[in-house]
Amino acid sequence: MTTTPSEHAAREAATREAAASLAGVETTARSTADAAVEPATGITGAQSLVRSLEAVGVEVIFGIPGGAILPAYDPLFDSKVRHVLVRHEQGAGHAATGYAQATGKVGVCMATSGPGATNLVTPLADAHMDSVPIVAITGQVPSAAIGTDAFQEADIRGITMPVTKHNFLVTDAAEIPQRIAEAFHLASTGRPGPVLVDIPKDVLQATTDFSWPPRLDLPGYKPTTRPHGKQVREAAALIAAARRPVLYVGGGVLKAHASAELAELAELTGAPVVTTLMARGAFPDSHPQNLGMPGMHGNVTAVTALQKADVLVALGARFDDRVTGDLASFAPGALVVHADIDPAEIGKNRKADVPIVGDAKETIAQLVEALRGDREAGRIADLTAWWAQLDDWRERYPLGYDWPEDGSLSPQYVIERLGAIAGPDAIYAAGVGQHQMWAAQFVKYEKPGSWLNSGGLGTMGYAVPAAMGAKYGRPDTTVWAIDGDGCFQMTNQELATCAIEGIPIKVAVINNGNLGMVRQWQTLFYEGRYSNTKLHARNADGTPKAVRIPDFVLLAEALGCVGLRCETKDDVDAVIEKAMAINDAPVVIDFVVGHDAQVWPMVAAGASNDDILAARDVRPVFGDGQV
Amino acid sequence: MSRHTLSVLVENKSGVLARVSALFSRRGFNIESLAVGPTENPDLSRMTIVVDAESAPLEQITKQLNKLIEIIKIVELDGGAAVQRELLLVKVRAPLAERTQVLQTAELFRARVVDVNPDTVTLEATGTPDKLQALLAVLAPLGIKEMAQSGTVALGRGPRSMSGAGTLRPVERTA
Repeated sequence: MTTTPSEHAAREAATREAAASLAGVETTARSTADAAVEPATGITGAQSLVRSLEAVGVEVIFGIPGGAILPAYDPLFDSKVRHVLVRHEQGAGHAATGYAQATGKVGVCMATSGPGATNLVTPLADAHMDSVPIVAITGQVPSAAIGTDAFQEADIRGITMPVTKHNFLVTDAAEIPQRIAEAFHLASTGRPGPVLVDIPKDVLQATTDFSWPPRLDLPGYKPTTRPHGKQVREAAALIAAARRPVLYVGGGVLKAHASAELAELAELTGAPVVTTLMARGAFPDSHPQNLGMPGMHGNVTAVTALQKADVLVALGARFDDRVTGDLASFAPGALVVHADIDPAEIGKNRKADVPIVGDAKETIAQLVEALRGDREAGRIADLTAWWAQLDDWRERYPLGYDWPEDGSLSPQYVIERLGAIAGPDAIYAAGVGQHQMWAAQFVKYEKPGSWLNSGGLGTMGYAVPAAMGAKYGRPDTTVWAIDGDGCFQMTNQELATCAIEGIPIKVAVINNGNLGMVRQWQTLFYEGRYSNTKLHARNADGTPKAVRIPDFVLLAEALGCVGLRCETKDDVDAVIEKAMAINDAPVVIDFVVGHDAQVWPMVAAGASNDDILAARDVRPVFGDGQV
Repeated sequence: MSRHTLSVLVENKSGVLARVSALFSRRGFNIESLAVGPTENPDLSRMTIVVDAESAPLEQITKQLNKLIEIIKIVELDGGAAVQRELLLVKVRAPLAERTQVLQTAELFRARVVDVNPDTVTLEATGTPDKLQALLAVLAPLGIKEMAQSGTVALGRGPRSMSGAGTLRPVERTA
């Protein structure tokens, strides 16, 4: 059967639309109109792949070669696309993510078939949860061997289906330019995410022709970026009338580069802003309307503002369980405006009273436009009483910490000083655990793209490779990895990559000798039974031994970095300043801190946000019924 | 139980069925039945999916399906506004003494005899799930040796189609 003319026309139109939007794909500054885009005939699939990557504007690939992907590494040797040889494919994936988060461009990683590809699964899942645009290129065993349990065969397309936005198995070398163009288009448009392109070895070796730009064939992919005017007007009316509004800002605002629009909306409405873990930096911490981070380890004011709000304006946020706590008791009195580019997020966890599907930048700009009239007509409700309440909470329940009673170094102090000395121009990448929460709480973020972390998947080991990717993408910016000793031992091998490839990141290891967050839960919920959370060397009775295993200073030096150590409060500033002065090598500081410090405030997993504890056994008094 | 029949046009490419079934399993959505086949357009296949929307709201199921890149369009086919059919092949014990009863039952349900041997007959029946259930209920006391049943396939009534002019309205892509 043939396609009807109208379908054909529709298909053509969709292709044109897709091609037009590809032109706007932000990959690198390099124009797609350079020499690499000359057509070619009689080249290999591998050459076509490298030309396609050049044409789409790729600046750097993080990867490791191996048997099946080997043909691609030959033309890559002569390409202007730089390849950073990492030490583990997981590092390649997180580096691509860090690069993408720090630059807003698409990150690229490459691996061979089988174990090379499966090592990418964790970073792909990580990028999927945090909506980061990355493209993974994997070699596959030759087409004829697929399905035979061949050496280094893994069904990576099948394995990564649930953790990618989309993936392809290329079956014909002629398809390569199209699949690469589609992969970059999918990764970077709509709700961004990871895309994997799996290419069998014989396809890389086959003879083919190359031309650019290829036709995109994605008839089922039409992300809605323009918000519906009627929904925007309804939202504006709700916001204008709100007595206790809160702008609940998520990572989508950063993805959409909508910080300027957000600031305008905040100032126009006078509403308080909370920035989730994924949105730190989307709105300046120094802004008086910024209440800080909500959620399980959010501050009392941000958490409680959401609980007591009458209108929640969720912008590029997804009502994650770490923000809402017990969903049934989350923000019980609030009408919800939910703006997101992914329609499936709207109504997934919390019913939206005014749903808006669209790009955050465009949506917020239109909200501003709609509200400006209300402002001028004096129709925006007075928020004085709300702010009096919020300021009272801010005053009574500020973020803080106590120094350990045993005289050990406070991890919060280390992170606070690091943020103060490195300042808001630096990039901070964290691992996952206590240090991540303290870094989200005690570093002041002023700029988009200055805070990188694994929010959704919670991937320990994210920090070092992500910092490497970020530093590669923004070489003139100071990049700090704030890592725990548990996380650091998962991916520190990439420091060798940093040392050899000239990527001078700085690492602050917050070394408490334990899996600190797990230990905290054991303290709070398992009667202090510390099952398998001690990382340090210890005697038979469990007390720490003097020997350091590993010695992070020696480890750093072995990996080609400068290794420093700090164990006392008095040395903190000096050692950070010393690290700041070293710009020709990666630096690792081993901050030896106490192991009993805890992250507070806290809403226990599954508990209601109403039951937030400001500190252990300290329940805030909100004067219930007043608001 | 809250049953809904979704007619889903998908790109005719390898792996699409895996994506759809994996989506249902990982999000904990229940599938009652799923049938896949070609369409009038060789580039497209049609999946007819009967879902139980107790497990998750129908809206969430269709929104998650719509996120799959290879899904072109989803239409919900309501009972009254659509023709829904399943195909049943059933091998019934039919010794000579009871054969008449089996054949009369087949006739009542407009089922066809497609295979006969001294001990059994195999019937082919099409119809709504309810009709086939009723047929099976009548045949059960006679002795069902084996049966195979397809998932539901369905088309909307009236002149409109899912693609081309005067198309059926898709389940909202947007909220």
